[in-house]
Amino acid sequence: MSSGAGTPVRGGVAQGARRRSRYLAVARTVAWRNLHSVVRTPALLLPPLAFPLFFYMAFAGGLSAVGDLPGFGYYDYNAFQFVFVLLQSAAFGGVFIGFSIGADFDAGFTRRLFLAARDRSAVITGYGIAALIRAVFVWAVVFAVALATGMEVAGDGIQLSGLIGLALILNAAAFLFAAGMMTRLRTLQAAPAMQIPVFMILMTAPVYVPRDLLGGWIETVAQVNPATAILEAGRSLMAGASFHVVLAFVAAAGLVAALALFSRGGLRRAEAAG
Amino acid sequence: MLRSVRQPIIIVPPLVFPLFLLAINASGLDAATNIPGFPADSYLAFALAFPFMQGAIFATNTAGANLAQDIGTGFFNRLSLTPMRGSALLAGQLTGVLLVGTIQAVAFLAAGLAAGADIEAGALGVPVLFALSLSIAAAFGTIGLFVGLRTGSGEAVQGLFPLMFILLFLSSAALPRDLIAQEWFRTVATINPVSYLIEGLRSLIITGWDGEALALGFGIAAAIFLVGLAASTAALRERLVRT
Repeated sequence: MSSGAGTPVRGGVAQGARRRSRYLAVARTVAWRNLHSVVRTPALLLPPLAFPLFFYMAFAGGLSAVGDLPGFGYYDYNAFQFVFVLLQSAAFGGVFIGFSIGADFDAGFTRRLFLAARDRSAVITGYGIAALIRAVFVWAVVFAVALATGMEVAGDGIQLSGLIGLALILNAAAFLFAAGMMTRLRTLQAAPAMQIPVFMILMTAPVYVPRDLLGGWIETVAQVNPATAILEAGRSLMAGASFHVVLAFVAAAGLVAALALFSRGGLRRAEAAG
Repeated sequence: MLRSVRQPIIIVPPLVFPLFLLAINASGLDAATNIPGFPADSYLAFALAFPFMQGAIFATNTAGANLAQDIGTGFFNRLSLTPMRGSALLAGQLTGVLLVGTIQAVAFLAAGLAAGADIEAGALGVPVLFALSLSIAAAFGTIGLFVGLRTGSGEAVQGLFPLMFILLFLSSAALPRDLIAQEWFRTVATINPVSYLIEGLRSLIITGWDGEALALGFGIAAAIFLVGLAASTAALRERLVRT
């Protein structure tokens, strides 16, 4: 009797384990394929790496006199700009993977992947894992360059972990947005529809100076922009303080939750389109 | 020229993107006018030269991408069988660039004036501003033509955009050279020709009539144009031989 009652349960557990295993196999394959193509194609590897480095050099180098303005109040302009560049590369790391999704749709490869995968969200998860690994590689290089060129870090290990955590959540949010757009539009030609909103949200946060020194329309926009909370919390963690950190994590997690629904809706549309 | 007008994708981004960045920089960096020795009361006026320069960078893509597309579709091969002169082909492509450049210059100036900027050189400064802006667009257009002819690849032409953008950001676009605190950046900005182009444009807006800045601006634009044209002519000759 006990075996008769236990068999369906054991069978269900085994089926669940097989399903998880298949899901992970699809996600791992998609992630590996994407990372493999990036490593083999310098044209795909270099822009996501070069842009943050270049922005760091241009902003921290060219505008460092702005750090001496009365009321600026941050300990190091290099660190001030580094946090922006880190979060920007996190967001664009998510967007750049959208190019891969779009290109795979154009080539018909994503449709074949969808046919092969039982749970198609595993395909999207695979792209997400690749986005994360690519972003972490970029951050390691940018961090090394920033430290080598004299950036001072005032935060401790826990605070830096918090900063990296924020960047990871932002990367996931941007990826989910890019995946949602690309599964809806299903062509690389729609790339500006992913890039422009992310660029606008990032650039209307306090990029060059703290919020107190902003003037005009951007001061109003920055106050309601969720990227402002994330950026200010990141800068405070870098400086060894904890300003608005909970608010920033809530804002970032809220973005991820909303964009996960957006991405899921896009996947449903792509599945319906065949 | 007709092709440029008929494709909104060629005209709209070069108009909207620089204006968006101008709006952000003018507000976001307005506090920079408090740096001792800053040459203008308004960062909007200081930054107004920036979109003109960005527009010229887009000209590189416009000129090169059109030509690369013609090579890719085989239209260039058919064109080379006609008695048309190579110089006419290059001039035709540059006319499209100048048309887009004119639309941009009018839009950028109108937006700047509407937002409250003044032209210190007065009404006479406006045609000079347009002339310098179009000279720079033509100069960068020849670089796009050269790459388009040399490679025949639209992707290669698009690849120029980040390079040009780097040249723009590593210049005196955001702060005057004497106020750049980092020595390495000041050195790069000093040897970067884009600094002198942007300073020429900016001088008309915030200084008035500055002969040296204008001579450097026009002189460097002319030098880039001549070098770019010579390289494009050679690349065209080579392309025609291959065809």
